[in-house]
This record gives sequence, C-alpha cells and structure tokens, in this order.
Amino acid sequence: MPDVSEAAIDTIVIGGGLHGLSASLHLARAGRRVVVLERSWVGRHASSSSAAGVRTLNRDLAELPISLESQDMWHNIEAIVGSDCGFRAYGQVNVAEHPKHVAVLEKRLALTRAAGYTHEELIDRAELTRLIPAISSHCVAALIVRTDGAADPHLTLRAFRRSAESAGVTIHEGYGVTAIERVGSDWQVHADGRSFVAPTVVNAAGAWAGDIAAMLGDDIPLGHKASMMIVTERIAPLLKPVVSVVGRPLSFKQSDQGTLVIGGGLQGSADIQAQKSFVDFSELAKGARAATDLFPSVGPLRIVRTWAGMEGKTDDHLPVVGPSPTASGVYHAFGFSGHGFQLVPVVGAILADLIVHGGTNRCIEALSADRLMARRPAA
Amino acid sequence: MSRTADLVIVGAGPAGMAAAVTARRHQLDVLVVDEQAAPGGQIWRDVEAVSCKPQAAFLGNAYHEGLAAVGRFRASGATYEPNTKVWQVEAGPRAFLTRDGAASSVKARSMLLATGAQERPVPFPGWTLPGVMTVGAAQIMLKTSGQVPVEPVWIAANGPLALLYAAQLLKMGGRIAGFLDTTPAIDVSATIPKLAAAAFAAPGDLLKGLGWIVNLRRHVPYIRHVARIEAFGTDRLERFRYETASGVAATVDAHLLLVHEGVVPSIHPTLSLGCVHNWLGGQDCFAPALDAWGETSEAGIFVAGDGGGIGGAAVASLRGEIAGLRIAARAGRISAVEAQAAAQPIRSRLKRALTARSFLDAFYRPRASIFVPADETIACRCEEVSVASIRAQAAIGRPGPNQIKASTRAGMGPCQGRQCSYTIASVLADAEGRQVPDIGLYRVRPPLKPLTLDELASLDDVGCPT
Ligand SMILES: Cc1cc2nc3c(=O)[nH]c(=O)nc-3n(C[C@H](O)[C@H](O)[C@H](O)COP(=O)(O)OP(=O)(O)OC[C@H]3O[C@@H](n4cnc5c(N)ncnc54)[C@H](O)[C@@H]3O)c2cc1C
Repeated sequence: MPDVSEAAIDTIVIGGGLHGLSASLHLARAGRRVVVLERSWVGRHASSSSAAGVRTLNRDLAELPISLESQDMWHNIEAIVGSDCGFRAYGQVNVAEHPKHVAVLEKRLALTRAAGYTHEELIDRAELTRLIPAISSHCVAALIVRTDGAADPHLTLRAFRRSAESAGVTIHEGYGVTAIERVGSDWQVHADGRSFVAPTVVNAAGAWAGDIAAMLGDDIPLGHKASMMIVTERIAPLLKPVVSVVGRPLSFKQSDQGTLVIGGGLQGSADIQAQKSFVDFSELAKGARAATDLFPSVGPLRIVRTWAGMEGKTDDHLPVVGPSPTASGVYHAFGFSGHGFQLVPVVGAILADLIVHGGTNRCIEALSADRLMARRPAA
Repeated sequence: MSRTADLVIVGAGPAGMAAAVTARRHQLDVLVVDEQAAPGGQIWRDVEAVSCKPQAAFLGNAYHEGLAAVGRFRASGATYEPNTKVWQVEAGPRAFLTRDGAASSVKARSMLLATGAQERPVPFPGWTLPGVMTVGAAQIMLKTSGQVPVEPVWIAANGPLALLYAAQLLKMGGRIAGFLDTTPAIDVSATIPKLAAAAFAAPGDLLKGLGWIVNLRRHVPYIRHVARIEAFGTDRLERFRYETASGVAATVDAHLLLVHEGVVPSIHPTLSLGCVHNWLGGQDCFAPALDAWGETSEAGIFVAGDGGGIGGAAVASLRGEIAGLRIAARAGRISAVEAQAAAQPIRSRLKRALTARSFLDAFYRPRASIFVPADETIACRCEEVSVASIRAQAAIGRPGPNQIKASTRAGMGPCQGRQCSYTIASVLADAEGRQVPDIGLYRVRPPLKPLTLDELASLDDVGCPT
C-alpha cells in the first residue's frame, strides 16, 4: 500500500550518499518534490569514507568537461550549499620520482594541451620543493593543477544534507529499497515495509546501484572497489597540496585538523551483499612505503585508523550518468570508480537538467549506460 | 616475515598463561605474545623481577601466586614474545604484530584473545586535567618501579582495586590525603542474597576486602557515598570539589587525584573481528558471546579471562585451561570426549569461583553520572568533544555512535573510542530514550594499537599462506 502522505512526491532518489543528496538538492531547487531513501544513514558508505580529493588533474578526457565545471562549482561551493565544505584549493600534484617518469607527465600534458585544456602545468624540482619543502629531494618534477585541492567529507555531507532539507527534500534513513514495480506510468518503490510512488526514480545507490538498476529493468555490469585509507596522529603543518606519484599507489595530504590522510586507491576487500569491507594490511604496507619514501620525516608517526570504503566500479572507470536506455523515468548516477567526490556538485545539476528539462547541454555522451550494456556478451 | 602456529595467544596474563600450559601439555605449537616486557598480565605485572625487590613484601600473597603461574608458563615450552604489540586480528585466524619496530603476521589454527580488562573511563567535569589519573595507572608505577607519590594523594574510587592500591600505598610509606568512596548506597534487599552466596563460596576474599576498609578508615579521612566530583585548574589540577549523596560538600586543594570505577572487558579485538557481543547488564558492559569453551562466533577464535566478562585472576586461569582443552581437540591432539572429561573438574572449580561475582558486581556498581555525566563534561578526550555537543547532535534524528563520530569527531582520535564509546552510547541512550545495548558502540577501525608508518612499511608477508 502506497503511503498516502507520500502520494504527492514526484521523484524518488535511491541512495543518500553525496550524489543522491546533490541530485535531490538540485531537483528540489527546481521545484520538484523529492524523497531520498537511504538504507542505513546519510553518507554511510563511499561519501563519508572518501579521501575527498577535489581533483581535475589526470582526469579521463571523457569526463574532463564536467569535471572542470564541477571545479568552478567547488570554488563557489559556499554559495551553493552555505558552507565551504572544508574545501582548500592548495593544488594537486602528481610527482615523478625518476627521470623516466617525467615522460609520463609530458605525455599527459601533451594530451590535454592537444585537446585544448590549459589547467595542467609541468613544474621542475625547484618549484616542487618551493611548494612542498618536506618532499624528498629525489623527486624530479611534477604535474600540477594549482586550483585543485581537497575538502572535508563530513562537512560536505552535512552541508549538502542541510541544504537539501531546507530546499524541501525529505530524507528517510533506515529505508533500504528491496523491490520496484511499474504501476501505470509510475514506479512503486518498496523499502522496509513502506512503499513510495513517483513517476521518476534516481538510482544513486553507489556500490549497490547495479542491484537497483536490475530492479528497474537495466542489466548494467558493475564491479566494486574497496579503496583503503590511513589517518595518522595530528602533526604541525607539513604540506598544503595533495600529492600523488607516478607508478605507485599514493595520495598524501594533511587535513585541517593536522592529521595526514593517506590513500591512493590501494584495494582492500569487500563483501558487497553483507555491506562489509576489510583492510588488507599487506597491501596497505605499500602505501606506507610510498608515503615514507616521499616524505621520510613521517615514518615515526602513529597510524590512528585505517578503513576500506565501498564503491561501484565500471569496466572503463567512468561513471554512468544519464537516463536509462530502457525504462522511462529512470536516471542513473553511479559507478564513479573511486573519483566521484569531485563530480558531486555538477552531476546533481545534470540530473536536474535531464529530469526537469528533458535534456542537458553538458557533455555526458561518454557516460551513458548503453556503453556498458552493449559490452555484455549475449546470453 | 610470516609464520604459522597451532595456537597464537594474545596476552600473557593468568588466562593466556594457563591456556598455553594446557595446550603445550597436548603438544601444540604455541606462540604467546604480549605488550609487556615480562609475563604476568595486569595482576602479576613484572612479578619475576619484582619478587626480588623490596616492594614485593608489600604487594600481598596473591602477587606471589603469580610467580608460580609464571614459572609453569616459562617451563611449558610455549614460544613467548614480550614487547610485542598485536595491532590487527583477522578471521583465519591471523594476527599482525610488531616487535622492535618490525611488523609481521602469524597465521594460526586457533587464536586465543586473553587481553583482559581496561579501567572503565571516569568522566566528570575536569577529569581530563593533568593531575587527575586512574588508580590503575598509579598502581602500575607502584608495582614496576616502586614509585610512591611524593605528596599525599586523594583517591575517589569504587571497587576492590582502589582499596587494594590504598592498602599497598600505605604499606610502602605513601600518604593518602583522603579516600572518597564513590560506591553508591546499596539496595540491601537485592544484595543480601548475593552476599550470602558470596560469603559461602569465597569467604576469604570478602574478609580481605573488609580488612582493607577497616585498616584504611583507621589511617585516612574516609568519606562515603561521594556522588559528585568536579576538578578545577588552569593547566593542571589545582582543586576539586566533591559532594556526597546527602549533600555534604567540600572543596580541597590537590595536585593528584586518583579515580577508579572498576574495569570492563577490553573488547576492541573481538569487535574488530565482527564477533557477536552480548550486553552484560550486571557489569554494565558488552562482552563477546562465548560458548562453554570460550569460542567466539568466529570459528577458531577464543576469548578467556576478563576480556570475556570480568571475573578476576582465578576465573581467568580456569577459563584459559578450558579453552586450551578445546583448542587441543580442534588440533586433533585429544578427542572431544577426552576434552569434555578433562574440563569437568575445572568447570566445577569455575562455578565456585564465580559465585561471589554477582555480589561484587551489584555492590560496586558505579553511580549513574559515570555513565551519563553532566553536560559540561568532556566525553571524548582525544578530540575534546563535550557531552553537551553529543546531546545537541542527538536532537537531530536518532543518530547512532558512528554518525556521532562523523558529525562531531568523537572517537576519531588516537584512542579510537576506547575511552568514550560507553559514554557516547549512554548519553545517546539517555537523550533518545533508548537502551545502551540497542545503541551499541562505534565500529572499530584497525589498527588495534597505534602503529607507525615505518612499522607498517616494514610489513612484508610475501609468501604468507592464506
Ligand atoms: C576510500 C575512498 C577514497 C576516495 N577518494 C576520492 C577522492 O579523493 N576524490 C574523488 O573525487 N572521489 C573519491 N572517492 C570516490 C567518492 O567518494 C565517491 O565517488 C562518491 O562519494 C560516491 O558517492 P555516491 O553517493 O555515489 O555513493 P555512496 O556515498 O556510497 O552512496 C550510496 C548510498 O546508497 C545507499 N544504498 C545502497 N543500496 C540501497 C538500497 N537498496 N536502498 C536504499 N539505499 C541504498 C547506500 O547505503 C549509500 O549510502 C573515494 C572513495 C573511497 C571509497
């Protein structure tokens, strides 16, 4: 039985991560009555476990146009969600440790330049050590985007949640979607004993979005990631930019609190159905080695906590953003493959375009669900 | 480096040592690791070295029983690695450790967690000021280095450990400015039957406790039913105020205030393993669910000693022996029937040893404000989050501990919630009209012990069998 009180809603967003929140915020501001259904609590998965790097550097060219627009939105984030979300534009730097790795950086720079982009810049050792005095002197050069940076995932979640709610979005936590049916031209969504009916559904269910897509009739192959993070004790200011390195798994930065936040895509393991993830310390040791090689002074610091966060991963590591190729009224936003935090502001705006105006000027052709569905061998 | 063993035991206290001796009797290959420099655990800390020092004379008979237990353990043939921190335990079972700055892992057929208890945190306004410290920490100094505080100390505490410490301190020439007994007035009708049972089962223990109190009251100002404490000072403790249940209050100058409100099982390892835990209402804490042999809900992972529920040294040893038998059976060294037969007499002794427990639990139950302290109290000392700010968050939705952690940073600091998880759960339960067992504790994120980046970088378990 549909809830009478919910009869008036026109969009159901499944998943209360940052993408679900951003979509609901933009939709509500465009006048839609939106309900967010979140199985556990807002931000429980990828969005609160994120490294929250706001990075355009080294992005796939296919998602670079929307990523650059998202970057502008980040620089204006206070106006959008009433909080700076802890965003600090201290730059993102991809370091070459060996002369042979400089060629990798040069090749990347040539690629973006040829496509007409100028945001990336190659810097030499002198400029690198000027920007990051603590970095090991064996590093020879780096690619940098000076306007990139990082935010605080918890502040970002709080700001998006608060803005969505004040725009009129209703968030139901503890409601896991278990079945979806077509009822006339509407969708009836069943979640923990309640049901919700609306003509439009947004699938922002993160690592579980493949299951939701299947309930809606789309068979979209989705793998998963379980990226691991390390946080150390607090220390005096050590560096400002976010540092990654060619050929090794590392992303290294210092938070406002003074802790070092170390990630870089090293994989733990996950039992997606059980919603559990596990740290693999043998793997994580590689991250610790990369960190102490690049910043020898940090070796004695104590690790305070580590974790692995679960997220959906596609074959080509690009997200699925756009309407369902088969089901009307269904929109997908998932498969961010470990780099969706930066895209949060823009993807919500894109979904609102698609749902409210029936189309968007933004460049999302490469992100359609079709591309993945076509690849699946015929049964 | 990666190794294997039939049994890896974490913790060389009464439970761990007894299990090691039992498992070795059945020829298991046993590795015992412990953070401390010598076997004995909390109760028999450093007992071999101390037995030759002057303070030995003052530490009491129970301490000397430890010497015999350590002797049996040393002779058992178990591999013993002191100064070793276990910072991660996994199903498998597998343990990750560091020793001398190098990390390694051990894969075992069975793992016994004998990691004991931790002092229950004692939050009250001002409890984080330097100069306020726990009786347990003071006792460690007394046991290992014979350190007696120069100035007279104040003790505000509840429970046998504090009485024992006070007695030891006086014998070693220390001075006590005053003993504020925070044990609440007992509900006589509920406690008398338990007392009777306890007196019947273990009269010696009870008399010993009474003896300490009588002796203490003869030598130091002794104030009963202290219900409220508030500490003041700019950079460290300067003064504190106390008030009894009947409203008698005083403010005194002090530089050292020792507090204690009993101990709770240290459950971080079993929480991180995802083992099922039960709420022990009588002890106001969680403990891993264990079968009759001490096995947790994770196959091959056992708990013995205070980590499975507070029982004291004698209970811990017996439970260690029982677990050791089952572990020997798992390894195929004895049959299930043999293990059962061998366990029989130990279980009878265990039953007797446990009789006094429920009386002690009821008698020494902490006052309510230890669980839900006043608003201005710091709940999480690592991140300096007050009770008031937890309450403010509780007003938005019905958050659980993990959401509180994300929104306030409480529990994110170096102690990883060991100090504040019960306070957060109790404050949330109070604010949301729920029960602590329904609220639960933070999800535990590894490592279990602080580990440096250099130590993790040294981990090389290539070739580890999985
Ligand atoms: C460790 C780590 C580091 C990262 N670092 C970066 C970085 O530096 N930069 C960057 O740009 N990106 C980064 N990312 C990626 C980024 O965090 C994610 O792309 C982004 O947070 C995804 O948001 P989401 O809303 O799609 O997913 P989630 O936050 O996972 O939200 C999905 C939600 O759907 C809910 N859900 C699932 N199934 C159901 C159901 N049946 N019914 C109801 N609700 C359901 C889940 O409970 C969950 O809350 C990182 C990710 C991780 C894990």
